[in-house]
Amino acid sequence: MRTMSLALRHELVGLGGVIERNIYLVKRYIWWDVAFFLWTVANTLTIVFIAKGIPAVGGKIDVEKVTTILLVGAVIWAYLGIIFEILTETVAWERWEGTIEYTFMAPLSRPVHLFGMGLFAIGYGVVRAILLFGVVAAFFGLHLPDADYVAALVVLIVASISFIGIGMMTAVLPLISPEKGTQLGFVAQGLLLVVSGVYYPVSVLPQWMQALSVISPATYALRGCRAAIIDGAGLTDLWTEIWALLVIGAVSVPLGLWTFRTGERYAKKHGKLKRSG
Amino acid sequence: MKALEVHNLRKEFTRRDGRGKRRVAALKGVDFEIERGECVAILGPNGSGKSTLVRLLSTLLLPDGGTATVFGRDAFRDTRAVRRMVNRVSVEASFFKKMSAIENLSYAARFYGLRPHETKDRIPAILTRVGFPADRRDEPMENLSRGMQQKVALARALLTAPILLLLDEPTTGLDPRSKQEVQEFIREVRAEHDATVLLCTHDLAEAESLADRVGILDDGELLVLEPADALKRRYRSATLEEAFFAASGHAFENGDREED
Repeated sequence: MRTMSLALRHELVGLGGVIERNIYLVKRYIWWDVAFFLWTVANTLTIVFIAKGIPAVGGKIDVEKVTTILLVGAVIWAYLGIIFEILTETVAWERWEGTIEYTFMAPLSRPVHLFGMGLFAIGYGVVRAILLFGVVAAFFGLHLPDADYVAALVVLIVASISFIGIGMMTAVLPLISPEKGTQLGFVAQGLLLVVSGVYYPVSVLPQWMQALSVISPATYALRGCRAAIIDGAGLTDLWTEIWALLVIGAVSVPLGLWTFRTGERYAKKHGKLKRSG
Repeated sequence: MKALEVHNLRKEFTRRDGRGKRRVAALKGVDFEIERGECVAILGPNGSGKSTLVRLLSTLLLPDGGTATVFGRDAFRDTRAVRRMVNRVSVEASFFKKMSAIENLSYAARFYGLRPHETKDRIPAILTRVGFPADRRDEPMENLSRGMQQKVALARALLTAPILLLLDEPTTGLDPRSKQEVQEFIREVRAEHDATVLLCTHDLAEAESLADRVGILDDGELLVLEPADALKRRYRSATLEEAFFAASGHAFENGDREED
């Protein structure tokens, strides 16, 4: 019993260490973070301006509603990008800095290591997502009196469990391919969102893409966040989305861990768990 | 119980070159044992298999055959237990370069279960011990010299109180003064902490001055492992360099191969 509690304490301290390291990195690269945030704002504005542009070319839409639909899509895209980027850095950044061998030979279990990265990613991503939403909503003067922001945040956090599971699968890519693995993570992010109705309803997709949208957690995250922000849906109204996200999370996290472990074993067998790859 | 037991340890890598893919043996059935508290130097030119040996014992590689146990624990199956006992210093200091020495040591200590209140005084104390100036503790690592970075690497290894310390070319590329300081510190650690040390180096003088026994690793084969004096007597050599030549059939500096 004492051995177990000691082991658990070590793991929790280790988990804190993963978060602590990422906080130091944010602190040290704060101006890069500011620049990246400005780029994300600009990128989001270009997408959300589409809602203003449609009436200008003769289309008839509810501009405020479409603006919000596009804004939620862009914020989720940016959030997912941060989750995947931070999890992919589990390997990619460490390899670049040369610390990969020291981290992977430390007595920290891989699930705790990856969950630490995931927890930090959620915290950091949520702060960025709230800021991004606030800045762009203010820019367009969006009036959302019915919005249930707490429900939207809960949906986003529950969706993050699945995103972390999928992120673990993409995090292994730089371990297998040091040169191109990171870019493949972006491919996974794009594929996930294209089938999930990021800027459009999934009903406009071809049938085979609609089938894929059913297993994508981003589908339920987008639907739930939009319902909460546009229609003011509360947590009880969003139970279908939350339930689906929990089921996908229950599958994707163990699958992500298994994939990462398999990749790590491959890397150890082939000598890729090192600085130069 | 032996600190380290290595039997018939083999490792191959796949290498791609103009002739296509081929398997290259990095270690060809290495056997040796180290007693608790002993310092053993493995001497070999670049590419002789030293780093592969250290990476196997650090649980970063899986072997193609053979066994390795650290204080009785299987290095390839019981990795968690082995990781708690082992730490290393390698030729590259390897830190997050924008982060300071204190920050790099703090998070690394957490990975070994050391809580903030345990490292608050311990990190500054250990940095002082390795001769790291107090006024540079909060500077980014990228501003520090190689010698300074290597001192922080030593501090990182010692912070976790390893009972087996793996040193892979710890003084390569250091200026003579830094080299001497690092070597002094290794002696001090052995004397004060009862640590077992496996030192892989291509510095003949370093091996002779620090180690109880010296092994010659050449082309993945451990040719001999004896006290330096016995080694010289065996090959009727005045220096370790001559002993290396007699054991391997080629001069030490001509033995370099591509690292895997």
